[in-house]
Amino acid sequence: MHDAGKELARPTALEMLDGPITDASLRRYLDGIPGVDAVGLEQRAADLGSRSIKTTSKAWALDTIIRLIDLTTLEGADTPGKVRSLSAKAVTPDASDRSTPQVAAVCVYGDMVPYAVEALGAHHSVGGEGGINVAAVATAFPSGRASLAVKLADTADAVDAGADEIDMVIDRGAFLSGRYGQVYDEIVAVKEACRRSDGSYAHLKVILETGELNTYDNVRRAAWLSILAGGDFIKTSTGKVSPAATLPVTLLMLQVVRDWHLLTGEKVGVKPAGGIRSSKDAIKYLVTVAETVGEEWLQPHLFRFGASSLLNDVLLQRQKLTTGQYSGADYVTID
Amino acid sequence: MSFLDYAPAPESTSVLNLKKQYGLFINGEFVDGRGDGFATISPATEKHIAQIATATDADVDDAVRAARRAYDTVWSTMSGSDRGKYLFRIARLVQERARELAVAESLDNGKPIKESRDVDVPLVAAWFFYYAGWADKLDYAGLGANPRSLGVAGQVIPWNFPLLMLAWKIAPALAAGNTVVLKPAETTPLTALIFAEILQQAELPAGVVNIVTGAGATGRALVAHPGIDKVAFTGSTAVGREIARTIAGTSKRVTLELGGKAANIVFDDAPIDEAVEGIVNGIFFNQGHVCCAGSRLLVQESIHDEVIERLKRRMSTLRVGDPLDKNTDVGAINSREQLDRIRALSDQGEAEGAERWSPDCELPTDGFWFKPTIFTGVSTSDTIAREEIFGPVLSVLTFRTPAEAIAKANNTPYGLSAGIWSDKGSRILAVADKLRAGVIWANTFNKFDPSSPFGGYKESGYGREGGKHGLGAYLATAASVTSLPSSIAPSVPAELTAPAEPTTPADQAAAVQAPTTETTTAPNGAAE
Amino acid sequence: MSRLTVPKTYKLYIGGKFPRSESGRTYEVRAADGGFLANAAKASRKDARDAVVAARAAVSGWSGATAYNRGQVLYRIAELLEGRRAQFIDEIVQVEGVSPAEATAQVDQAIDRWVWYAGWADKYQQVTGNANPVSGPYFNLSVAEPTGVVAVIAPQENSLIGLVGVVAPALVAGNTVVVVASEAAPLSAISLAEVLATSDVPGGVVNILTGSPAEMAPWLAGHADVNAIDLTGATELDWVDLEIAAAETLKRVLRPAGGVDAAAPALERITWLTETKTVWHTKALI
Repeated sequence: MHDAGKELARPTALEMLDGPITDASLRRYLDGIPGVDAVGLEQRAADLGSRSIKTTSKAWALDTIIRLIDLTTLEGADTPGKVRSLSAKAVTPDASDRSTPQVAAVCVYGDMVPYAVEALGAHHSVGGEGGINVAAVATAFPSGRASLAVKLADTADAVDAGADEIDMVIDRGAFLSGRYGQVYDEIVAVKEACRRSDGSYAHLKVILETGELNTYDNVRRAAWLSILAGGDFIKTSTGKVSPAATLPVTLLMLQVVRDWHLLTGEKVGVKPAGGIRSSKDAIKYLVTVAETVGEEWLQPHLFRFGASSLLNDVLLQRQKLTTGQYSGADYVTID
Repeated sequence: MSFLDYAPAPESTSVLNLKKQYGLFINGEFVDGRGDGFATISPATEKHIAQIATATDADVDDAVRAARRAYDTVWSTMSGSDRGKYLFRIARLVQERARELAVAESLDNGKPIKESRDVDVPLVAAWFFYYAGWADKLDYAGLGANPRSLGVAGQVIPWNFPLLMLAWKIAPALAAGNTVVLKPAETTPLTALIFAEILQQAELPAGVVNIVTGAGATGRALVAHPGIDKVAFTGSTAVGREIARTIAGTSKRVTLELGGKAANIVFDDAPIDEAVEGIVNGIFFNQGHVCCAGSRLLVQESIHDEVIERLKRRMSTLRVGDPLDKNTDVGAINSREQLDRIRALSDQGEAEGAERWSPDCELPTDGFWFKPTIFTGVSTSDTIAREEIFGPVLSVLTFRTPAEAIAKANNTPYGLSAGIWSDKGSRILAVADKLRAGVIWANTFNKFDPSSPFGGYKESGYGREGGKHGLGAYLATAASVTSLPSSIAPSVPAELTAPAEPTTPADQAAAVQAPTTETTTAPNGAAE
Repeated sequence: MSRLTVPKTYKLYIGGKFPRSESGRTYEVRAADGGFLANAAKASRKDARDAVVAARAAVSGWSGATAYNRGQVLYRIAELLEGRRAQFIDEIVQVEGVSPAEATAQVDQAIDRWVWYAGWADKYQQVTGNANPVSGPYFNLSVAEPTGVVAVIAPQENSLIGLVGVVAPALVAGNTVVVVASEAAPLSAISLAEVLATSDVPGGVVNILTGSPAEMAPWLAGHADVNAIDLTGATELDWVDLEIAAAETLKRVLRPAGGVDAAAPALERITWLTETKTVWHTKALI
C-alpha cells in the first residue's frame, strides 16, 4: 500500500488564512470560496454518468474498482467470526477465479481491528504498504456525539490495535452551528492521535457526512476545512445516514481536491461511501475521478469505495466478461 | 493504457432501415422530383448515405396545391380535438422510433449520438405532445375569440437541428389548423424523410404535411409561391433579409429565426465550476452550430485568468470523434462549406491579434473536423467578436462592472440569447432586465422546452417558437386581417365565454372588444 | 370691428422642443374650402434623423419608468386633451370641413381611445406574459419588452383619431415614437404636440413631423436605429419599397390597411411593438 505521497510540506492553515485560526477567520476564508449551483453540478454529474464504458475499458474498470474497495462491515452485531469471514473475502474475492485482484482494505469498528489483523495474516500490509490495509472507524462513529477525550481514546485504541487507517467523523453539530474552529481543532487532534510510537502516522480519512451537511456549499466548505486541518482523505459518509454517497457530491469533493492540488501541489484522497451497490454506478465514479482530477487518482492511496455489496456485483460483471454469459448469486461468495 | 482513452462504444446503425433513394413527400406519398437528385453524405466520413430528390418550381407548386387542397377539404374543417389526436399519434411514433431517428440524425448531421438521443429526439416528441394539446384550446391562448388558421405555411429549416427544427415548425402550424410545405436543409434531409414515413404510419391525411427536398432554389421557390399564406424560416440573417424582401407587399405573414452572437456573462461571484460547464455547453454543444450559442464569453476581468485556466483544463477532456460513438462530445462539422467558413474566421481572429488555443486531440482524416477553440485577448472591434462563426470557437472578452457587461453584451445587431452567471439573485434579475435578448439563461445555458418561447430581438429575427406565443405565428384574429404585423403574434384579450370550435374560414369572428363610447367600426380593413 | 387674431405657428415637435424644419421649408395647409390656414413646417430627412436621435435617447427613461407611471402619464395626456377639446374641435372643423357635431364626435373618440390605451400600461404584461412550465428545475418567465424606437406613418385621411390610434399604443409598452402626421391635416398633430409638451411625457418620447410622408418614410424605413415601422397610413405610398428597405435591418413592419378606421383600438397594436423575453433561472434548495 502506497503512502499518501506528500510531495511538498502541506501549507499550514495559518499560512492559508494569513492570521489566527478562529471561527470568524475560518468563516471568512471558507465563505470566500466560490459557491455551487446545484442544478449545474447535478447535470455535470449526470453527463459524466452517461459515459459508455465497454470491453477493454470495462474490464480494466472492474479490476480497478476491486482494488479500490474498502470492504466494510460496521454493524453492532459484528463478531470476530464475521470479521474473519470478511477478511477472507478481501483476500480471495472470487473463489472461482484466484487471479482476481485483492481489495484495498477492510473497514471495521475499532474494537474489531485485532481480529482483522489476525485474519489477514500475511496479506496484511506492512507499514501500510504492499497488501490489504485495515481501516478502522473511530471518534464515536457514526454520530461523533461524545467528548473529545472519548473520541481521541477511540482513535488511539484502534491505532494501537494495528489499524493502518482511521476513518473519523467531523462534528456536524459544530459545523452547522458555525463553530468551524472546533471542527478544525478536532481534526488536528485526531490526526495527532494517529501517531504511532515509531513516529509514523495512520492515514486519516475525514468523514463529512454529506447527508447531514445537506447543501453543496456546506460540503465544499467542510471539505476545504478538513484538508486544511490535515486530513489525508475526505470521505462522503458513514453509510448510516441517507443520502450517503452520491455522484454529484463526490464530483464536488473531487473538485475541491483538484483545486487543492493546483494550489499547493499536494494530493488528497476521496472516498465515497454508502449506497454504491452496482458496478454500473461504481464505473460512473471512476469516470468522474478521471475526468475531474485525473487518472492518477485511480489508485488506492487516492481513491476508495466504501462498500460491502458492491464487490459481488463487480465479480458477477467480471464473470460475464470472462465467460460471456450472465452469472448469478450462487457463483459469488457471501462474507 | 490510459483509462481516459475509452474503448469504442459505437451505437449500432442496424436500427436503421434506409432506402437507397428518397423522393419528395407530396400528398401523402413519395413521388419523384423533377430536378436532378443529389446525395446526402455523412460529414464524419464523407460516405454516401442516400440519394435525395430535388424539387423544382413545378414540384413546389404541386406540394403547395396539395397543401391547399388538404387545407380546404380536410384540415380546416376538422375539429381541433381531432387535429390534436393526429399530433399525439405523431408524438408517440417519434418516441417509438426514437433510437432510429437519433442514429439517422447523427449519421446525416454529424452531431454526437448522445446529443441526438438525449436532447434532439426527446425534444421533438415533447414538441408534438405540447402542441397536440393546444389544438382544441386555441380560444384560451390569449389571442382573441375564434382565432383562425392562416392557410398554407411554407417552412424552410436549417441543418443544425434538422428534426427538432422540423418539429418547431410543423407542430404549432398543424395545431393551429394550417397545412404545411416544409423544405429541409440540403445537407440534412434524412430525418425529415423518415418523419414522412411516420406521418404515413400516423395516417395523417394526405397533403397536410408535404416535404420538398432540394437546395436554395427550392427554398426560394417555396417562399415566393403565391399560394402560401405564411412563411417560417430559421437560418442565417442574410437569408432572412432576403425573405423579408421577397414577401414585401404581399399579404404573407412571416416569422424569422436568425443568427446570434450571444454573450455568456460570468461575474466574479459565479459558481465557478458550473460556469465553466456552462461556457463549454454554450459553445461546444452541437459543435457550436447553434444560433443561440454562447459564442462570446464576457468574463469579469478579476477572474479572467482563473476561468480560462479552468476552461482549458475542462476542454482537455472533450472527446472529438465519431458521432456514433456514445462517448463522443464534439462531432463533425456539417459540411465542407461550413468548415471552410469556420477556418477562415478563425484565421481572421489570429490575424487580428487574438490568442488562439485548442486542446490536443487527434482528428480523423476523413470528414469535416474542427478542434474546439478559444480566442483570448479579443477586443470588441475584432471580426470574431462581431460575426457569427457557427462553429466550436469561443471569443473571450472581459468587463469590469455589471453595466459594462450589459453594454458590451447588447452592443451587437443580434439579440437572440445570453447567459448570466452569478450567485447573487438580485443581480441576475437586474441584468436579465437589461439584456436585449429573447432568451436568457441564468446559471445555465442551452435549455429548451416546448412550453418556453424562443426567438430574437433585432437582427436575430422576429416571432417566437414554443409556448403559447408560438401559436400566434400561425393564427389570425378578427382584428388582424392583412394589416397584421408581418412578424409578431397578435394578442387580443381572450373572450372566455363559450368558445366555439374555431376553425372554419367562413367564421366571421366577433369584433374586438372596444370602449363603450366607441362606435363599433370594423377593425382594419375587414369588410363586415 | 372683430378682433385681429394671433395665428398659430405650426412647427415640428422634436426632443420636447418645437423647432422649425432645419431645411427652413414650409407648406400651405388649406381649409376644406381652399382657404389658407397655416404654413406648416415641411420636415426634411435631417429632421427625421434628429427625431430618431431624440427618440433613441428617450428610450431608456420611458421604458425604465414603471408601468403604473406610464399609465399615469398617458392618462394625464387625456386630461389635457379634454381640457382643450374646443381647440381640437375647431381645428378639425377648419381643416376637414366637417360639422362641429362630427368634429366633436371625432375629438371625443380620440380622447376615449387615448384613455383606453392608458389603462393598458400596467395590464398588457399580464395578458401576454406568463410563467412557462418547463420540465426541469427552472423558474421560467416570459415577459413583453418594448421594441425601442418606432417610426409611424399616421393615417392620412383624418386629423386626430388615426394619429391617436397609432401613437398611443406604441407608448404603452415603453416605446418612443417618430410619427409623420397627416400631410393634409397636420394641425391637430401639432396641437397634440403642445399637449404632450405640457404633460409629464419626457421630451423625445414622442416626436411629430409634419410634411410629406412620401419624402420622409424611406428615410425612416431605412434607418438602422429604428426598430419598427408602422405603415398604417402609407396606403398611398410605395409602401412595398418601404417594407423592402425595412428588411435590411429586420425591422418589425406593420403593413398599411385602408378601411373606415385603419387605427381602430386593439391590444395587438400594443403587443406587436413588444419583444418577448424568456428567462430561465436555476432553482435548487441545496
